[in-house]
Amino acid sequence: MSLARTLALHLRKDLRLEWRSKDAANSMLFFALLVVVIFSFAFDPLAEESRHIAGGIAWVAFLFATIVALNQSWARELRNQVLDALRIAPAPANALFLGKTIANFIFVGIVEALMTPVFVVFYNLRVVGSGWQLVLVAALGTWALVVNGTFFSALSLRTRNRELMLPLILFPISLPALLGMVLATTNILTGERSPADWIKLLSVYDVVFTTVCLLLFEIVLNAE
Amino acid sequence: MNRTAFTVSALAVAVLLSFGLHEALQVAPTEATMGNVQRIFYYHVPSYAAAFTFFFVNLLASVTYLVKRNTPAARPADAVAVSAAELGVIFCSVGLMTGMLWAKPVWGIWWTWDARLTSTFVLWLIYVSYLMLRRLSAGDQAPTLAAALAIFGFVDVPIVYMSIRWWRTQHPQPVIFGEQGSGLDPSMVPALLINIVAFLCYGAIVFWIRYKLERARQELHEAQALHSLELARSEAR
Repeated sequence: MSLARTLALHLRKDLRLEWRSKDAANSMLFFALLVVVIFSFAFDPLAEESRHIAGGIAWVAFLFATIVALNQSWARELRNQVLDALRIAPAPANALFLGKTIANFIFVGIVEALMTPVFVVFYNLRVVGSGWQLVLVAALGTWALVVNGTFFSALSLRTRNRELMLPLILFPISLPALLGMVLATTNILTGERSPADWIKLLSVYDVVFTTVCLLLFEIVLNAE
Repeated sequence: MNRTAFTVSALAVAVLLSFGLHEALQVAPTEATMGNVQRIFYYHVPSYAAAFTFFFVNLLASVTYLVKRNTPAARPADAVAVSAAELGVIFCSVGLMTGMLWAKPVWGIWWTWDARLTSTFVLWLIYVSYLMLRRLSAGDQAPTLAAALAIFGFVDVPIVYMSIRWWRTQHPQPVIFGEQGSGLDPSMVPALLINIVAFLCYGAIVFWIRYKLERARQELHEAQALHSLELARSEAR
């Protein structure tokens, strides 16, 4: 079976599982909402300066929500030894990885699309820069989090305290991507500077780490 | 390895370090504006030189491990990787701390989110997470997982460095940043070079001990695994 066809099968399976259970989407949404509320205690959310911190808060909320989803995405495959079956299957390992990554990307993307209006309302936001760039930044930033996150989630699957392990290894590696997302979003919201450099940085980050993930995934999947 | 060679090299390193201390504290001239505080520089820069060397050794060993993971060369490579990462983190911590000790009297603050400081701190975080992964992953897949993470960490370093430089050039510097190392007086160079060599040799000798320890641990682990296998076999009979 070709890579594309296996990939499509994995993607369909993951989407169907999520559609039936809605575990990841529900927990992510509620989690992100809680982060919004808690941050509004720490900062005055309606002040004019909140425009400068809203980008950071939104990405912190999405980052933590992503961790919630990622922790479930491989744990599902452990039940009934599905992961072992996938390892034995004569299908390209990267199809499994990409299918999972795209599925996670769709879940996190949906949560972001639903949470953005909440941010706009609760933080009284008004986009000063060009709004369409926000979509681009969100897509690139989400891919950056999800591609490394899916990889590290597979990596930490067989460690002790795996749910604790994922953020510990994902956050340090993601720091440059987070910096890019937060600053690009802030630049767009305030309209003070051009986000072009940060969008370039995110694109480079995405290309580099997608390549590294694809090169190393088979080794990590079969690590014994 | 033989004990005499180790003792001789350890003594040589001790002599080299004492000579470096003498050069740094007594021979090198006192800096004009900062005074004696500047002398911590002779420990600060060598620590980072050792840290970056060990991080690079860790990358090389991790790649070697992944390439040769089904051959007898894999276990020594993994022992090199873990020893180098631990020493790199230690030397990087010494560098960060000596930097703070220097910054307080000279800048008036312990820390600033300047480009170079932030990148080094992020580098430190990445390798600490590598050690955390090693600590928390059990069993025989740990070296493979750690080697993969080491490659991620090393690929991240240039991106971290570039992004933080952009971040910091977009904002004004928060404090006066004395350009350290941009114009080092020739009379200070010998003390610096001797200390870099001394720190690298000191790192090498500790690395030697740590590597032997890790190899012994691996052999013990294999012997135990073999032993329990034999036991299971004899019980089955």
